[in-house]
Amino acid sequence: MTHHNSPDFSDDAPVATSKRAKGNRELLATSVTINRPVSEVFDAFRDFAQFPSFMENVERIDILDPKRSRWVVKGPGGAEVSWLARITEEIENESLTWQSEEGADVANSGRVTFRDAGARGTVVTAMIAYAPPGGVVGKLIAKLFQREPSVQTRRDLARFRQRLETGEIATAARNRAIFAAEVESN
Amino acid sequence: MRALTWHGKHDVRVETVDDPDIVNPRDAIIKVSSTAICGSDLHLYDHYIPTMKAGDILGHEFMGEVVDAGPGSNLKIGQRVVVPFTISCGSCYHCGKKQFSACDNGLPADNQDIARELYGQPMAGLFGYSHMTGGYSGGQAEYVRVPFSDVGPIVVPDGIDDDKLLFLSDILPTGWMAAENCDIEPGDIVAVWGCGPVGLFAIQSAFLLGAERVIALDHFPARGKRNI
Repeated sequence: MTHHNSPDFSDDAPVATSKRAKGNRELLATSVTINRPVSEVFDAFRDFAQFPSFMENVERIDILDPKRSRWVVKGPGGAEVSWLARITEEIENESLTWQSEEGADVANSGRVTFRDAGARGTVVTAMIAYAPPGGVVGKLIAKLFQREPSVQTRRDLARFRQRLETGEIATAARNRAIFAAEVESN
Repeated sequence: MRALTWHGKHDVRVETVDDPDIVNPRDAIIKVSSTAICGSDLHLYDHYIPTMKAGDILGHEFMGEVVDAGPGSNLKIGQRVVVPFTISCGSCYHCGKKQFSACDNGLPADNQDIARELYGQPMAGLFGYSHMTGGYSGGQAEYVRVPFSDVGPIVVPDGIDDDKLLFLSDILPTGWMAAENCDIEPGDIVAVWGCGPVGLFAIQSAFLLGAERVIALDHFPARGKRNI
């Protein structure tokens, strides 16, 4: 929640735990703890082609080479946006850092870290910096469509955890026809 | 199938709706033989619970027969089961500690936000109890889709009446847990406030846990005459 008028309610917590982002900072971070060993979680995440199975608005990811991939994402109002992402640093079982290449519809960069939490499994933290399409107006439109990136990222990570921990992604759809209609409307 | 659907405050209707089927590998489909109305259903009927949508199927206390099971379920077609009202994955940290109501994965990801704000973290899903608990179709219906069906349902033998088993779904364990939380020791005298259905099960549970005497209190004189 942002507070545009004084007094200043912004906090100085790390971005993964901050309740009140400062102004229009286009930086988000979210964490999830997954009840699986760090190597299994890292390997599952590194399989970028599988992202559409838990990232609701990712249409597809084309793997170009081990470090480069093209992301095709559903934007606000059904618009399709895409970019080329390059892995700039990869430390096995610890972190992945990426940067979008020149010409991206939504310029973005970020880092995902994987921390061994012993009996609790693995803490996955995603930090993403991005330039929303159309600046502030685009971000407001995105919120209307539930595509606000911090909400989207939190839900995507929850689905990633469900896939790893349960082998499936929870849905309340009563039958396959309703499920297909929900997927279609997303 | 026919099902009890919610349409607003004091407006529930038995309607014809689409049948459920297997969506995820661990699902099972139950043909309901008995279902109960919980006191908590009154909160939906009186519209005290937010995030209800017109057409939602109510009911979280039910039992019946397995008529279909996905490849990830351990249930077999024809088995008789009582279904607990919580939807829990069985494989997250909390389920591993038998804290099934705190399950990390029972709620669809899109339905976790309200629980996270209210309780600090998501909780298990519930059948037929608003969208903040998952938006799952409930058991006051002819058929129910039961997710994670290898975790919750209790297989029960034939030859015992539904009425003696149905309350395993919610209300008996609720009364039992109230008594269990009292750390009752043999010879204790226990007081139970409220003699509605949960109270009656708390009274019986207190005796089973070793109470020598149970004093039951209630505002409704008729309840005091009940023989238990």
